[in-house]
Amino acid sequence: MNAKILRLGVAFMVLYTLLFAQLNNVQLFGAEKLAENPVNNRRAIRDFGQARGAIWTADGVLIARSDPVANGQFENRRVYPEGELFAEVTGYVSFNSGSAGVEREYNDELAGRTAGQAYGDVGDFFLGRDTTADITMTLRADVQRVARDALGDRRGAVVALDPRSGAIIAMWGWPTYDPNLLADTDTAAANVERRRLLDAAGNPLLPTTYRELYFPGSTFKVVTATAAVDNEVATLRDPVFADERAYTPPLTDVPVGNFGGSTCGGDLAEIMRRSCNSAFAQLAAEIIGPGPLIATAEAFGFNQIPPIDLPDAVASVFPADYGEPLQSVDSFFGRPAGGSDVQVYEDTPSLARAAIGQFDVKASPLQMALVAGAVGNAGVMREPHVVAEVRQQNGDLVGAGPSGLWQQSMTLGTSVLMREAMVGVVVNGTAGRLAVDGFEVGGKTGTAQLGRSVAETHAWIIGFAGEPGQPAQVAVAVLVEADPAVGQQTGGTVAAPIAQQVLAQALLPVPAAPEPADG
Amino acid sequence: MTSRRRWGAAGRADDSGAVIGRVRRNTELGLIVLASVIVVSAYVLASLGQNASIPANIVPFLGVVLGLLVLAHVATRRLAPFADPLLLPLAALLNGLGYVMIARLSGEPNINGDLAGLQSTWTAIGIGAYVGTLVFVDRARTLDRYRYTVGAVGLGLLLVPLMPIIGREINGARIWASIGPINFQPGEFAKLALAVFFASYLVDKRELLRVATFRVGPFWLPEPKHLAPILAAWLGSLVIMVAEKDLGSSLLFFAVFVVMLWVATERLWYLLISGALFSAGAILAWSRFSHVQRRVDTWLDPWADSRDSGFQVTESLFALADGGLTGKGLGLGSASRIPEVENDFIFAALGEELGLFGTTAILLTYLLIVGSGLRIAILAENSFEKILAVGLSALIGIQAFIIIGGVIRVVPLTGITLPFVSYGGSSLLANYVILALLIRISDQTARRLRAQEEQAREAVS
Repeated sequence: MNAKILRLGVAFMVLYTLLFAQLNNVQLFGAEKLAENPVNNRRAIRDFGQARGAIWTADGVLIARSDPVANGQFENRRVYPEGELFAEVTGYVSFNSGSAGVEREYNDELAGRTAGQAYGDVGDFFLGRDTTADITMTLRADVQRVARDALGDRRGAVVALDPRSGAIIAMWGWPTYDPNLLADTDTAAANVERRRLLDAAGNPLLPTTYRELYFPGSTFKVVTATAAVDNEVATLRDPVFADERAYTPPLTDVPVGNFGGSTCGGDLAEIMRRSCNSAFAQLAAEIIGPGPLIATAEAFGFNQIPPIDLPDAVASVFPADYGEPLQSVDSFFGRPAGGSDVQVYEDTPSLARAAIGQFDVKASPLQMALVAGAVGNAGVMREPHVVAEVRQQNGDLVGAGPSGLWQQSMTLGTSVLMREAMVGVVVNGTAGRLAVDGFEVGGKTGTAQLGRSVAETHAWIIGFAGEPGQPAQVAVAVLVEADPAVGQQTGGTVAAPIAQQVLAQALLPVPAAPEPADG
Repeated sequence: MTSRRRWGAAGRADDSGAVIGRVRRNTELGLIVLASVIVVSAYVLASLGQNASIPANIVPFLGVVLGLLVLAHVATRRLAPFADPLLLPLAALLNGLGYVMIARLSGEPNINGDLAGLQSTWTAIGIGAYVGTLVFVDRARTLDRYRYTVGAVGLGLLLVPLMPIIGREINGARIWASIGPINFQPGEFAKLALAVFFASYLVDKRELLRVATFRVGPFWLPEPKHLAPILAAWLGSLVIMVAEKDLGSSLLFFAVFVVMLWVATERLWYLLISGALFSAGAILAWSRFSHVQRRVDTWLDPWADSRDSGFQVTESLFALADGGLTGKGLGLGSASRIPEVENDFIFAALGEELGLFGTTAILLTYLLIVGSGLRIAILAENSFEKILAVGLSALIGIQAFIIIGGVIRVVPLTGITLPFVSYGGSSLLANYVILALLIRISDQTARRLRAQEEQAREAVS
């Protein structure tokens, strides 16, 4: 029997070697793969409980920090001292619903996990140095508060930026949410809050300013006018459009009517001031044509995702297909040849509507602020960004938001004319309420109808302000969403006062000292 | 090497046996002190990891650990002075590490009850059972005399959980019995009784079972009637699998029986026949019973339903992977997320906090226990003691293999305790009795050798 017992011993050694081999597989060689398994939330728990860097505004207000937690499965919890004020931009870190905003875009920097932060030198590996980095935003709490208070409880969005650098100064959307509730270490409570927000009216979780698209309405006329001037098919004084109630494009019976059925016409400067739909529709259909208008829209950033340092920004849309050319505009209307180089296209009626920000044109509030900024900044559009700089606890600079050139939207000459035209809209046109004493302010209103028969309208204003003859210091876009309870609301009366307050605050110097928290 | 040299030296001494005994017991004492140092250090580290403080009860804890182990040691010194010196320290190490982990898990919010306090009570009772077994079983062969009583008791215990009032089904397995306030797993004691019964039966019948008289194709087989005991064991294990839904114990009973049968008869065909029978039974059970299918499916692909039926296994794998090579440190893991972590899945918790180094040490500890047990079997002269020692060693070795293999997905997961480590009174008690029986057999063998040497010396002089 002893021989068999020895063999049994060998069998046990084989069996236990098998266990040893599998343990090596699980704990060593396959460990990384298991750690990355999608259902493995161990890393998520660790990450969620990990201390992250703080987030500050440009004017020194603390808007996100990590506080240690005494007990529970998480070591730290994320706190947003300003509550919902910056949720649109900072986003949140939540255990079950991931992260959003700057918290997501700059996750590695905040958590101290970029290659440069993690291992400054070999010693850090053993000492457990705090590798997290703090973020300073380009946003100013004072301007953000003005934006919030001015918009009030109306659904809408406010974007203010410095067109000279692309730095976002304020970014506010309503409705929004309190990120503290989503970051709750009581993950069940955080889940309840998340479900409530998902079901809530107005989609509070969605950052309206850069992830939602709206009809830009008449604010888009800035793009159409730029296309005309930049392609040298019009100046501010020529051509002069006849006063009309409506313009009926080729190939359709449906006219493009003026706001409130008024008659409207004049040169480019005047039709900008009065926001003549009929004239702009005719300008696009008969004088600019689809190719140049598409090119200018794309030079303003349409049909491209803005390179902003926030996750999942959406591209604004300008439709780029109007079918085949059929015949010249001149021959279509039976005019003598030589008046226009433009062809009538299969879908020229849509082009006429697109030129006034209708049809399938859609834009984010961020996009429209960039449009105004490009006009105010000599035709140059810089990459928009919300982060000024990222610094480690020891002061080392880790990175900064993007600030390169994004688009050359128009020539310098065009920008001078367009600036004059937009200033005219404020001085003597629909955007009169945008004026700020002591500054040159340009703007364009928009009152975008939702469908033909409904009286509800989105109220828009875009604008810029700065010293005369200098690049604009601030560009702004304000959208107040259509509200069935209010009915028609025009950009000039509803949106402009909001934008005016934001511009006025943003033109003040940056407050130096941190302000006390504002509930 | 050391011990062999001492053996040789002792052989020339006047009172050689006493020297052997003293050397072995001093070795045991040294190893027990070493195990205690490891366990107490682990206890302090776990508390530091969890609360960043040295446990308040460290002095009484140290006292109780040392007290219990010294008690077991002194009992061995008195009652079985010539026994193997490794078994008790190895078991003490496993029991101690298991206790540290259970105590550390007791501090977690999702673990109910004061498991640590209960486990220390169970450990004390287990050591008491160890001492009691040494006191009452002065010769292992005594057990041979009560073979049918023991066999009947084993069978009875096996079936107790199926009885209407006493039996309890907990967590899908009907392996519990409760009498008044006391819950216990009769199967833990049944396995012990049946191992004794098998040993005694095999000693009796091994000659008959060895003879091949019956030819099927190229194979010579024993007479069909001698296959009856295999069939009985097979049916028994099927009953456990199907009626009690206890796949682990089913496999354990059958495997231990087959191992004992094979060693006793030295005939390979028993292994083959048993293997075929077990496979057939397993496939039959798999095709008929959903609880068996679920276990197999979860084994083959735990990711398919990783948040439900595969939850324990996948979370165990995540815990082990998190532990990596050196572990996260005692008290710093988060294995309390795994259901039943203090019990069947304690290996995953140990692996997370002690790493591959720790799990390898645990595997080696079991191998050393099995190796010591098998060495005891080889040295034993009496066939009953030999086969019993094989059976008892196999019980510990196979049981540890089944549950560790289940946790790390080498074999399908079956609910069964990790000997000496898992939380639970029945298991600890039964395993300490197994330990005591091995110690008893070892002691007797050494005594017999000593007597033979003395006779030889007298004959020479």
